[in-house]
Amino acid sequence: MAESGIGASVRRKEDNRFLTGKGRYTDDINRHGQAYAYFLLSPHARAKINGIDTSAAKQAPGVVGVFTAADLAADGVGGPICGWVVTQKNGEPHKSPAVSALASDRINFAGEQVAVVVAETLTQAKDAAELIEVDYDVQQAVTKMKDSLSSSAPQLHDDVPGNLCFDWEIGDKAATDAAFANAHHVTKIDILNNRLIPNAMETRAAIGDYDSGTETMTLYTTSQNPHVARLVLAAFMGLGPENKLRVVAPDVGGGFGSKIYVYRDEIVTLWAAKKLDRPVKWVADRSAAFLTDAHGRDHDTHAELAVDKDGTFLGLRVSTLANVGAHNQIFSTATPSYLYGCLLAGQYKTPAVYGEVKTVFTNTAPVDAYRGAGRPEATFVVERLVDKTARELGMDATDLRRKNFIPKDQFPYQSPCLVQYDSGDFNLLLDRAKEVIDYDGFAARRQESAARGKLRGLGLSCWIEACGLAPSAVVGALGGGVGQWESANIKFNPTGSVTVFTGSHSHGQGHETVYAQIVSDQLGVPFDSVEVVHGDTAVVPFGMGTYGSRSGPVGGGAIYKAAQKIIEKGRKVAAHLLEASAEDLEYADGTYTVAGTDRTKTLAEVAFAAYVPHNYPLDEVEPGLDETAFFDPANFTFPSGAYFAEVEVDPDTGHVTIMNMIGIDDVGTVMNPMIVHGQLHGGFAQGIGQALYEQCVYDENGQLITGSLMDYCMPRADNFPMFTTEETNQPCPHNPLGVKGCGEAGAIGSPVAMLNAVVDAIGTDIDMPATPEKVWRALQSRAQAAE
Amino acid sequence: MEMSGQHRIRASRQAVWEALNDPEILKQSIPGCEEIEKISDTSLTAKVKLKIGPVSAKFAGAVELSDLDPPNGYTIAGEGKGGAAGFAKGGAKVTLEEDGAATILRYEVNAKVGGKLAQIGSRLVDSTAKKMAEDFFGRFSEVVGTPEDMETAPEAVAAPPEAQGLSPLVWIVGLIAVVGVLLLIFAF
Repeated sequence: MAESGIGASVRRKEDNRFLTGKGRYTDDINRHGQAYAYFLLSPHARAKINGIDTSAAKQAPGVVGVFTAADLAADGVGGPICGWVVTQKNGEPHKSPAVSALASDRINFAGEQVAVVVAETLTQAKDAAELIEVDYDVQQAVTKMKDSLSSSAPQLHDDVPGNLCFDWEIGDKAATDAAFANAHHVTKIDILNNRLIPNAMETRAAIGDYDSGTETMTLYTTSQNPHVARLVLAAFMGLGPENKLRVVAPDVGGGFGSKIYVYRDEIVTLWAAKKLDRPVKWVADRSAAFLTDAHGRDHDTHAELAVDKDGTFLGLRVSTLANVGAHNQIFSTATPSYLYGCLLAGQYKTPAVYGEVKTVFTNTAPVDAYRGAGRPEATFVVERLVDKTARELGMDATDLRRKNFIPKDQFPYQSPCLVQYDSGDFNLLLDRAKEVIDYDGFAARRQESAARGKLRGLGLSCWIEACGLAPSAVVGALGGGVGQWESANIKFNPTGSVTVFTGSHSHGQGHETVYAQIVSDQLGVPFDSVEVVHGDTAVVPFGMGTYGSRSGPVGGGAIYKAAQKIIEKGRKVAAHLLEASAEDLEYADGTYTVAGTDRTKTLAEVAFAAYVPHNYPLDEVEPGLDETAFFDPANFTFPSGAYFAEVEVDPDTGHVTIMNMIGIDDVGTVMNPMIVHGQLHGGFAQGIGQALYEQCVYDENGQLITGSLMDYCMPRADNFPMFTTEETNQPCPHNPLGVKGCGEAGAIGSPVAMLNAVVDAIGTDIDMPATPEKVWRALQSRAQAAE
Repeated sequence: MEMSGQHRIRASRQAVWEALNDPEILKQSIPGCEEIEKISDTSLTAKVKLKIGPVSAKFAGAVELSDLDPPNGYTIAGEGKGGAAGFAKGGAKVTLEEDGAATILRYEVNAKVGGKLAQIGSRLVDSTAKKMAEDFFGRFSEVVGTPEDMETAPEAVAAPPEAQGLSPLVWIVGLIAVVGVLLLIFAF
């Protein structure tokens, strides 16, 4: 392994600027003459808008413009779109109500954007917003899914009867029913997957900039996928054409899915810049982020597992209600359907699986993909149910899982839930996890805790996920609106340094380091000579962005392919320079050697010759050393893992102390162990946050009462022990680097391991987050029941 | 949010009555009150400007009396609008008890808050509102009676055997103060 090549724990290039305050985030950018936008947000969760009077606001000091839905409609500007068509049980497409870029006649969630004020200063914009008179006819909101589906519920959208977005199914119902009919035992569980608020460190922001001379628009924004944003803005919001629109996503401080979408504020900011012919900046404050960022999870599930006498799984039945909030967004239909249902088989060879999902509109913020997107929810259902089954059967939790694992020699394995798992060795993961946690020593540790009056619990999660969105044909067949390849352009500069342009986007993942490692490894150029450029549609040819753990498997694959093209072109140039035939050249570590001789040319020398072609085979090869590749893999990648959480509960206070948290992951070939561990640790923190701390709460009137960091409890470093993570490095068989995604893994496998540990400690089921109050109450009711 | 409490004001009924019907005294009693207008015997509007910490804003409040049952009690409905800070809508149920030369006022306030007030302040609403109400009664007692005569007790005592009517304005003002201050505090 080279010091900076594939597999080396190279320190992150980007951290130099992040740690020295030199990062350049959207709010760090200022355009000459820029004005400031402030959005008036609805204080009501459900209301009819009878009228909006902006006359006083327009007269306020410093105000440049005040706009409402009517202004946008007049210019034909559209609102947020849904990017994935889900076909319902009845064969009809899901319901996707039209959404305008500002609320027009109806409010459907507290925080919905009603009007925008653009002024010389942000303070003036805020002051003027106070002067906007909105005549609201306030109506009773509905925030709970079951209430929203009732026949007497208020209807959110005229074209969505019963507030039902879709009623969808996956798997074989008849086969599953038959399996249950023959079951020795059926375990049943009701599960809530708590609603989360993403809280990326950098809030969303946008700067619209219009050049009336060239009639071009630029949007600087906090996007995970600037090319997708440009495509959507041009195609659906009327803010194109694409050749007149540039989208720049500079340094972005975390996304976790919440920055995939093109939101109303971003659409309006860009449009307003053109309308006013001057740059307009908008930055969400934390309060607005809580209200308007797409939230995550929010499932209500009943699940049943049918087992044979010996614990063999016969069938799995899952019925889920998923909250989509007030309206759809890009992935809000894909997340609770395919990204969820396709993983319901878990690591097990359960022969019959049937899942059904109803998605429901409610007067809450839109819910969409959030780190893991559907797969943490699926893992949570499967692993809670399996754990409960082990308890009911009196079997060891690891033995029951092992008995039902898909054996190593059965890959590729066709799951009953559409997808084909590419690879995996679940026994290997579990064996190692048991060693690392010292499974056999747990009984003694539990005794030791009991001696101190504490309740100790051990929780396991054996998870698998599908990521690296990906195969365009499959995604298209399932209803996806775009292809899911990735592009890369590798450009040798004449003096031997390399610039790499990627269509994926880094907002914390470390692309600039890992992609440079791949290029350095393949082309033999020093790591420091490779510059990775991303996030600007004006300089990067095209790309689908970063989400669904796709940058390594798909973006990395494209870079690998482009590097091979460079090597092949360079071979022809080197052959000419060496006066040898191309077939006789051997390539290794950036150097071409005529086989059996010591005659060599380096890629740097080839690059120079390619740009200064004084001695060059111009009739055979074009000048320049610059290659573009697109990679569209044959399948998703299927990372898997075995996680253990060990906790100690104080029965007097209900407080949960995390004693240990370990994960053994198969994320394929590891490009940079330090970065992979960082991703996994971050995923653990986020997953444990869900399991123990985080809970988004709307009151019965649709007011978000966990709307600040005072009331929404984010995990902190001092909540955690040191995490232990190891990888088994089993290559993915269908991408050139053997990479499986690792960005979401930690957040997928950890919540259920943690909750299983709490349940093991207190001996009774409990919902996330296992806050001290909830744990204490669970212990009290258990004690009462025992009396 | 829900809030209840009681205040004992040592003042003759007549003195209190007159004070409560004097807009100037009410203005002095409501912290930050700039303007108070009695629209009718059962309705009142007020404009209140408050500065708490770095936050300074103006709020418009209006209250309406209903279910008048003199002298036993009243129901009051009020609404305060604080622009970007959101809104508070409240109701208060009131009972009155004579206690020698003094009067004990008991109140139960039930208010809904929305917008930023709910988002940021839901956890703090109760204690803030309580403090505001006490500030109002404190000032009112200063003006009407003497400061050391004012007593407060957080817990309710036995129900009043027979109550004599006080002007409903005392409750109106109390509610305005509650609503107004709630709006203020969370106007960031």
